[in-house]
Amino acid sequence: METLLAVVIGALYAAAFYLLLRRSIVRMLFGLLLLSNAINLLIFTSGGLTRARPPIVPAGAAEATPPFADPLAQALILTAIVIGFGLLSFTFVLIYRYYQERGSDDTAQMRATDP
Amino acid sequence: MLWGILAIFVLAALAPWLHRAFPRASGWLLALGPAALGGQYLFRAGEIVGGPPLVETHPWVPALGLELAFRMDGLGLLFALLITGIGTLIVVYAGAYLAGDTRLGRFYLFLLAFLGAMLGLVLSDNIFLLFVFWELTSVTSYLLIGFDHEREAARDAALQALLVTGLGGLAMFAGLILLGQMGGTASFAELAARGAMLKAHPLYLPALLLILAGAFTKSAQFPFHFWLPGAMEAPTPVSAFLHSATMVKAGVYLLARLSPALGGTEAWTGIVATTGAVTFLVGGFVALQQSDLKRLLAYSTVSALGLLTWLLGWGNPLAVQAGMTFLVAHALYKGALFMAAGTVDHETGTRDVTRLGGLFGKMPLSGTMALLAAASMAGLAPLFGFVAKELFYEAARDSVWPLWISVGAAMLGSVGTVTVAMMVSVEPFFGRYVATPKAPHEAPLGLWLGPASLALLSLAFGLLPGGPQGLLASAVTAALGEPSSFKLALWHGLNPTLALSLATLAAGGLLYAARGPLRRAFAAAAGPLSYGPTRAYEWTLQALKGLAAGQTRLLQHGYLNYYLLVFLVAILAMIAWPLLFHWDFHLRLPNSGIRVYEGLWAALIACGAGVAVATNSRMFAVVALGVVGYGIAFLYLLFGAPDLAMTQILVETLMLIVLLLGLYHLPGFAKYSRPASRLRDVLLSVAAGALVTLLVLITQQNPHPARLVEYFSKNSVPLGQGRNIVNVILVDFRALDTMGEITVLGIAALGVYALLKLRLKGGGEP
Repeated sequence: METLLAVVIGALYAAAFYLLLRRSIVRMLFGLLLLSNAINLLIFTSGGLTRARPPIVPAGAAEATPPFADPLAQALILTAIVIGFGLLSFTFVLIYRYYQERGSDDTAQMRATDP
Repeated sequence: MLWGILAIFVLAALAPWLHRAFPRASGWLLALGPAALGGQYLFRAGEIVGGPPLVETHPWVPALGLELAFRMDGLGLLFALLITGIGTLIVVYAGAYLAGDTRLGRFYLFLLAFLGAMLGLVLSDNIFLLFVFWELTSVTSYLLIGFDHEREAARDAALQALLVTGLGGLAMFAGLILLGQMGGTASFAELAARGAMLKAHPLYLPALLLILAGAFTKSAQFPFHFWLPGAMEAPTPVSAFLHSATMVKAGVYLLARLSPALGGTEAWTGIVATTGAVTFLVGGFVALQQSDLKRLLAYSTVSALGLLTWLLGWGNPLAVQAGMTFLVAHALYKGALFMAAGTVDHETGTRDVTRLGGLFGKMPLSGTMALLAAASMAGLAPLFGFVAKELFYEAARDSVWPLWISVGAAMLGSVGTVTVAMMVSVEPFFGRYVATPKAPHEAPLGLWLGPASLALLSLAFGLLPGGPQGLLASAVTAALGEPSSFKLALWHGLNPTLALSLATLAAGGLLYAARGPLRRAFAAAAGPLSYGPTRAYEWTLQALKGLAAGQTRLLQHGYLNYYLLVFLVAILAMIAWPLLFHWDFHLRLPNSGIRVYEGLWAALIACGAGVAVATNSRMFAVVALGVVGYGIAFLYLLFGAPDLAMTQILVETLMLIVLLLGLYHLPGFAKYSRPASRLRDVLLSVAAGALVTLLVLITQQNPHPARLVEYFSKNSVPLGQGRNIVNVILVDFRALDTMGEITVLGIAALGVYALLKLRLKGGGEP
């Protein structure tokens, strides 16, 4: 399963990079979205895969009984998902406002710092 | 001494407020500061001239061996008195010269800050402290030259002065570091005592050359002299103070200060004396071509600085005596002449001597003072300039150089000085009255007090040379590094030196009489004469700007895609290179088996990504992205991460809603790229994706030790009081991260709100 996921992650990365390299800015946004999902999955897989054993201490026990999924990777990803959402919302509104003001969605038109 | 300097800086900071409170009297009030300090120095002068120097040390950065070490010997005192004395007069003069100007408060600020820095420079005993003040004078000079910053010429001149003196200053800094390493001390006094060792050191020549670069640029020596005439863009009080009497003498000061430590060698005499002599002659020659009062004075200042450098280059007692005497004489007459020139400009509206004449009747007082100062400049008895010139000729007759070279050069340059002195005094004040843009009147008190004080001091010192004698002897002692006594006298008797003086005056007078044909000749030769260091500077600056612009075009072209492309290629290369060339392990594929539904989900995710890339419909792409997101959420659920799955589903749903709502307002996908570049991007992306896959597989090779996991598992209940370990980590063990996350979200929300509310003014022009 790890090998399969490694391939899926590679595919997600490839798709994200390709979209990021487009001049259409909405495609870039989609690339960003895919990239953040891909990165989360990458961290998740690197933590090691454990089927159906969430890191929860059973009632009455002092500690969780191994094997259980890596809680640290999960905590990091949880933070990353939320921050990714913040980033995407901001980027989306930025793009939206730019399009409203400038009427263009081509990054090649966005060259000057002080238009 | 530290407190005196700090007081001047504090006064500088307060100047704008003081000026606002007392707009009419501010010049007089502020002048009290340097006047009081100068009075204090004068009060202690007897003590310093007769006895040991004053020393004062405060710790600064002990770890680096830096200390605020001040030392006032004869040389420092001489400069400190010139700075505070002339500074006082200049502040008063500036108050009258720029009266009514709204920027006067700022002008005082810069001027007084410069005064403080200059004082620090001449009183520092630590070479690095000196450097700090040295750079401060460059910066304040920059601000003062560019004071009229709305004029391009003033800005360019300010930049030119800063670049030339700043580059020289950097070279000097390197030289000072070398010097400190060679001597094992940063104190000038101790370096002077180790002169013999320094001169024998293998690094002597590099250190000397670097330090001379600083001194020569600051003191406008050929071929770096061109910034000084440019600096005449500054208001006249600045020219009178910084660019004739004080700052430009910082280089000369450094030469005098270091001459016991580094002077007297063949290299020193050869480089310093020759540069000085060449500057003396070039300055005088170029001055003759000018007709603008301030530029006339500026080039004659270059010439005078050359003379000072020349004398310090020779370095024998007679030359140093002549140098110190001339230094004072020059500061007095040149300060007075600059202020007088400013007064003429102020009253008539022009500085062109060919358009001035017969002003003496309109401005008798200013005219008298200008004539007195010019007489001192020309070396007429009984003014102090005469005393200095006699000493200079004595030194030239008794030098290490062949007599005909030294006396010839001295005569030649001095003839030019005499002619220029007449051009700036006789030409505007006598002859036929010429109508000027403004009808001239006698200047107010503030405008003539400065020139009058300095001109009368020239006369007083000439008549009573015993007055400054003790101080000068003490300064000479400091510059020579050995005791020296000399007697100043107005009358040396009938000797060859006097004959030289008279011949110089006669030749200068003749040259002045022939000024008409002379100017025509220069005008005819204007083309070839315009080649010089200024051209080289302009060319270098243009080339540098061109290079910078070219580089910017190459690297900062503004095409986002290419930036990303470069990033991606660079990262790929950096990771792939070591992987491919240092491949030394066998890749074992971990095998935990694949269940059918897991494989299906994985395939679904990959398909979603593929559709998102390939589709031309935005709606389709959003749906495909949703498939990817929910698919990943389901994977989380399968592999023991219910919290992640929940969050992912929530966020994904929100994102889908936002996208679907917003996409309506955004344009459809357009195909901007050519097929070739799309193919290039596909190849690159696939390569990058493959590399990531490889990296993931490599990380699977050696499962990391799970000590942290064990810790969290053991302590989750006792320390965090929670059974869901992920939750405990988020809100307890790594709560600060969560805090940061909330902050980021808050800022993003604020940003979104601001962007949505922001309405750009002026028809959408940001």
